[in-house]
Amino acid sequence: MAFATKRLGKELKKLHESLPPGIELVSAEDFQDWLLDIRVLDANPLYLNQTYRLKFKFSAQYPIEPPEVVFVNTKDRPIPMHPHIYSNGIICLDLLGSQGWTPIQNVESICMSLQSMLTGNSKNERPEGDQQFVANNRRRPRDIDFYYHDNTV
Amino acid sequence: MDSDEDFGMSSEEDVLEDSENDNESADGTDFGIDEPEPDLGYTQKEQVKKEKKTFDTTFKVYHPDDIQAQQDDLIDEVNMILDIRKEDAAILLRHFRWNKERLIEDYMDRPRKVLEDAGLGPSTTGPPKLEVIRGFMCDICCEDEPGLQSFAMKCGHRYCADCYRQYLNQKIKEEGEAARIQCPQDGCKRILDAKSLDLLVTSELQNRYHELLTRTYVEDKEQLKWCPAPDCQNAIECGIKKKDLDRVVPTVACDCKHRFCFGCGLADHQPAPCDLVKKWLKKCADDSETANWISANTKECPKCNSTIEKNGGCNHMTCRKCKHEFCWMCMGLWSEHGTSWYNCNRFEEKSGSEARDAQAKSRVSLERYLHYYNRYANHEQSAKLDKDIFTKTEKKMISLQTASGMSWIEVQYLNSASHALQTCRQTLKWTYAFAFYLKRVNLTEMFEDNQKDLEMAVEALSEMFEKPVDELANPKLKVEIMDKTSYCNKRRVILLADTADNLANGAWEWSNGH
Ligand SMILES: [Zn+2]
Ligand SMILES: [Zn+2]
Ligand SMILES: [Zn+2]
Ligand SMILES: [Zn+2]
Ligand SMILES: [Zn+2]
Repeated sequence: MAFATKRLGKELKKLHESLPPGIELVSAEDFQDWLLDIRVLDANPLYLNQTYRLKFKFSAQYPIEPPEVVFVNTKDRPIPMHPHIYSNGIICLDLLGSQGWTPIQNVESICMSLQSMLTGNSKNERPEGDQQFVANNRRRPRDIDFYYHDNTV
Repeated sequence: MDSDEDFGMSSEEDVLEDSENDNESADGTDFGIDEPEPDLGYTQKEQVKKEKKTFDTTFKVYHPDDIQAQQDDLIDEVNMILDIRKEDAAILLRHFRWNKERLIEDYMDRPRKVLEDAGLGPSTTGPPKLEVIRGFMCDICCEDEPGLQSFAMKCGHRYCADCYRQYLNQKIKEEGEAARIQCPQDGCKRILDAKSLDLLVTSELQNRYHELLTRTYVEDKEQLKWCPAPDCQNAIECGIKKKDLDRVVPTVACDCKHRFCFGCGLADHQPAPCDLVKKWLKKCADDSETANWISANTKECPKCNSTIEKNGGCNHMTCRKCKHEFCWMCMGLWSEHGTSWYNCNRFEEKSGSEARDAQAKSRVSLERYLHYYNRYANHEQSAKLDKDIFTKTEKKMISLQTASGMSWIEVQYLNSASHALQTCRQTLKWTYAFAFYLKRVNLTEMFEDNQKDLEMAVEALSEMFEKPVDELANPKLKVEIMDKTSYCNKRRVILLADTADNLANGAWEWSNGH
């Protein structure tokens, strides 16, 4: 754990000091699970006046390994509508997979990537096969081989 | 029936080989795939006896030494033509995915750019080394203690040695990467070279890295594929392209005896083309719950309802209690199976009036699927059971050898029979997936006849094969088994030749299976 701890400690310190607009730290009790809230900054009607909650899970190998990041559904925090976000909150984004991840990325840069992923989207839809995926998937997000067919969305 | 002159008492390997063709090595045989055959007129039985066997694919097996030698030859060649060091030639070749021509052409045009892109930029900084830099903080672990060892490639992105090690460990061990490991910096395309790697990681990881580098040679070449058998280190070369796969089913056989499809890597699935196999397997996986009860190993006797367990590959069941003889597949009377009444393989389409409403239609479509799935799964299951029986029989034959004085050679006919059962069942299995997607046209009937002939021959052989050991030693049964074995192999060749010819000519019509 020592490896991830030092880096996460530094990241946490920085997150407490200053955060980019639209990103808020909700809880970071330990160095395993963190919760953050994000909002989009423009007037995209799909996400207007909405806040979304992200759950980060770090392994001992972080940041060599990417963290596991999902949207979580609570009373006033829905799962954002997006062709790369399943209705159970699992996100299909290449930077969260081993191919697209680099250890230079961090919690803040992931939040910002997700913000811009929402900002740039105009499709009010779920990924293809959402129902079936949500009903059948029992794997952890990082073990899923997403096929990144369209990184422009 | 036809004479046996072409086939004799051959094992399946012999049948697959073709003596008339000598411009190819014994590794593979060749016909037809390149030469279009415009004539649609088929007289299938004649065709087999002549030279045309469209289902045979040309291929070559390479052992690890061959694969290494091929790479060394290419490296030597580039080393001589471009006058660069061998290590650099190797990196350049990997960078160009072993396309020697393109490498040489590009290098002649713009040598500096080619070297730069492949991570071999001008080495003004000398060999790679670890450095301690004042005031350095590692962006990965955020460590900044004085005396921290750090490393950077030519791109200048510097991280502490420990993070670099962890990063390489992850890439090599967990992700199996080697030839294209990039700098950890986001967006930096610099490729890690072997020398930097050797500086950073343990010798165990170095070995794995070099092993993976060798693998890229096979993986980068479209006409090369690893044999998928566990622990097999051989690679197969075959000229079949992706775009050919709707016209040909390229089964290849490794020296380790594993037979697989060069197109998709799955075990031999002739006569069904790759796309169809993929669709079928997906359907079976999606519908597995509906179909599961089918492949169960016990059923009730249709006459007295006592439970009957299938313990061999043969479909001819005799109830222990009431002696009722029936077919495991269709539960019909066995006595009808040896005659022209045999239609266990054919799905009888219900007339349209019977399937008027949507519910009835979906019922029919499920029944149709189960008909084919049932038979597909049964051959798969039977092939496994036949194998078990052979293992048992082999043991008994050993004891029989000592008792009766029969030699090891003299009992080999059982080995041939077992082989024939395995390959024929493998083929039969896929004929049912094939038939599921086949539109009912004139050709279909001939296909079903071929399927039926092969299936009857296989069931007959399977039944003989299950006889108790003392009967197996009987010379008369031995001859019968040998004859039936060669007959099965022959029927399989006929079926495969027919399906492959029509596939090559685009004569089959497919449906989506409803
Ligand atoms: Zn570090
Ligand atoms: Zn770099
Ligand atoms: Zn092999
Ligand atoms: Zn295939
Ligand atoms: Zn009975």
